[in-house]
Amino acid sequence: MFDAVQKKLLESIADMSGIPSIGAYNFRVNGEGFARSSTETVTIEPKKDKQGIDIIVKPFSKADNVHIPVIVTESGVDDVVYNDFFIGEGAQVRIVAGCGIHNDGGCDSKHNGIHRFHIGKNAKVTYIEKHYGDGEGTGARILNPVTEVFMDEGAECEMETVQIKGVDSTARTSTATLGKNAKMVITERLMTHGKQYARSDMVINLNGEDASAQIISRSVAKDDSEQIFYPRAVGNCKCRAHVQCDTIIMDSAKVRSIPEIAANHEDAQIVHEAAIGKINNDQLTKLCTLGLSPEEAEEVIIEGFLD
Amino acid sequence: MLELRNVSFTVGGEKGHDIINDVSLTINDGEFLIITGPNGGGKSTLARLIMGIEQPTGGQILLNGQDITNLSVTERAKFGVGYAFQQPPRFKGLTVRRLLSLAHGSELPEDECCAYLTNVGLCSRDYLNREIDTSLSGGEVKRIEIASLMARELKLAIFDEPEAGIDLWSFAMLVETFKTMSRRKHNSVVIISHQERIMQLADRIAVIANGKLKTLGPKDEVFPQLMSELGENCGFRGGNA
Repeated sequence: MFDAVQKKLLESIADMSGIPSIGAYNFRVNGEGFARSSTETVTIEPKKDKQGIDIIVKPFSKADNVHIPVIVTESGVDDVVYNDFFIGEGAQVRIVAGCGIHNDGGCDSKHNGIHRFHIGKNAKVTYIEKHYGDGEGTGARILNPVTEVFMDEGAECEMETVQIKGVDSTARTSTATLGKNAKMVITERLMTHGKQYARSDMVINLNGEDASAQIISRSVAKDDSEQIFYPRAVGNCKCRAHVQCDTIIMDSAKVRSIPEIAANHEDAQIVHEAAIGKINNDQLTKLCTLGLSPEEAEEVIIEGFLD
Repeated sequence: MLELRNVSFTVGGEKGHDIINDVSLTINDGEFLIITGPNGGGKSTLARLIMGIEQPTGGQILLNGQDITNLSVTERAKFGVGYAFQQPPRFKGLTVRRLLSLAHGSELPEDECCAYLTNVGLCSRDYLNREIDTSLSGGEVKRIEIASLMARELKLAIFDEPEAGIDLWSFAMLVETFKTMSRRKHNSVVIISHQERIMQLADRIAVIANGKLKTLGPKDEVFPQLMSELGENCGFRGGNA
C-alpha cells in the first residue's frame, strides 16, 4: 500500500509503517485524502467547503490513538489543509499528527496545516506533531503549521512538537486561549542544520482564573542554520505561566530567542528563562573519559538535550 | 601498573609557571594510593595529566609498559583509565541511568544501576530517570559521578576529592564502598583526598605540594608524619591556645 519512501516517512513521524488496525485515522498523501476511518467515539469527516477534516471526539469518551499523518513524496506539491478538532466535554484523547516530506525533485514541496482545537470543559488532549524531511532534490521542503487552541474551563492540553531533521524552512504560528482552571503544556523540540530556517511564534492568552501554562523549548542549531523563537505569555487574570527556552548553538548558526511575558492583572505570575550557549567543554571531556569519541560525546549530549 | 617519568606541566610559555614539576611516581597493580597535599599544590592537575585532559609539557606516562603520553582522553579511557571529576559537569536531558550505562559500556539493567547508586548512598529508584541537571544538588551529582566510575572495570581508577560536598552519613557509606567495591572492580585506585578516614584505606600515601612530589611512602610511615606536621603548624592546637 505504501512504498518504501512513504514507509520511512511514516516511521519517522508516527513510529508506524502502515494503516493501524485499531483507532480512528486519516492519512493524507501528496495533497489528497488516502485512507480514513472513524470509530464509535471519534468521527473523522472531510470538510465540504475546503481541504481538511473535522475530528470530533464524543463527550466523556476515551481514545488512545488518533493518527492523522501527512506525507508528501512528489516534488512541487503545495498543500494547505484545515483541520478542526472538536473535543467533547470530559473526553480524553491522544492525537498523533505529523508531516513527512521526501523531495527528490527541483521544485519546492510545501505543506501548511492549519489546526484548530476546541477543547471542551474538563477534556484532556495530548497532541504530538513530528516534522521530518529527506530526499536528494534541490527543491526545498517547507512546513508552515498554524495551530489555534481554545480551552474551556478545566481543560488540559499537552502539546509536543518535534522537528529534528530535513525541513528547510518552517514558520510555526501557535495561539492558545485558556479558560478558567485550564492547563496547557507546550514542549517544542527542534534541530536545524545546513542552511535551514525555523521560526516559532507563540501567543498564550491566560483569560480564565487559575489557568496555567508552561512553554518549554529546546533546540539545537547547527551549521549555517537560523532559528527565531518568539513565545509570549499574556496573563489577563489570576494565573500562572512559565516560559523556558534553551538552545545549543554550534558552527556558524544564528539564534534569536525573545520570550515575552505580559501581565494585565496583579495576580498574574509569569516567569521566563532563556539561554543560548555552545556545548560545554567539561561535558565533552567527561563523556570522553568514559571512552566516547568527541563526536559520539556531542551526539549523546544533543540527543539527551532534545529527548 | 602506571608509571610517571619526570612529568612536568608548565603554563604561560617560556616565563611560565610550573604547575607540576618533574614528578616521577609508580602506581603498582592492585595498589590503593592516596594523593594528598595543600590546595593548589597540583594534585588535580596530576590526575588530569594521567587521564589525558591536560598534556604534559615534559616527561612520559606509561601504563603497563606502554607509552600513553600522546594518547587522547578517549584512547586512555578505552585502555582502562577512569577519572571521577572533582566538580562533575551537569547535563540537561541526560538521565542517571543513561550516564551509568555509558560508563559501563552497554545498557545496564535496572538492578545493577540501583546497586551502584545504593553504594554511594542514593536511593536508586528515585534517581534512575532523573536528569543530571541543576535540579540535583552538588552532593548528589558528586555521588552519581562516583557511581559512574564504580560501574566500570578499570586498570586505574582516579577519584578527585570524592568526599567534597558529601554529607557525613553518606561519607561513611562511601568509605565502605571504596574499601570493598573499588578494590574488587578496579585494578589500581588513586584517590585525591584530605580525609583521614580515606587516607586510612591507603597502601601508600603521596604528598604533592608546590607541584612536586614531597613525600611518598607506606601509609603507616607517612600518615603519622602528616598528623604531627599538622599539629606543629596549627597554632590553635594543644597548649598554644
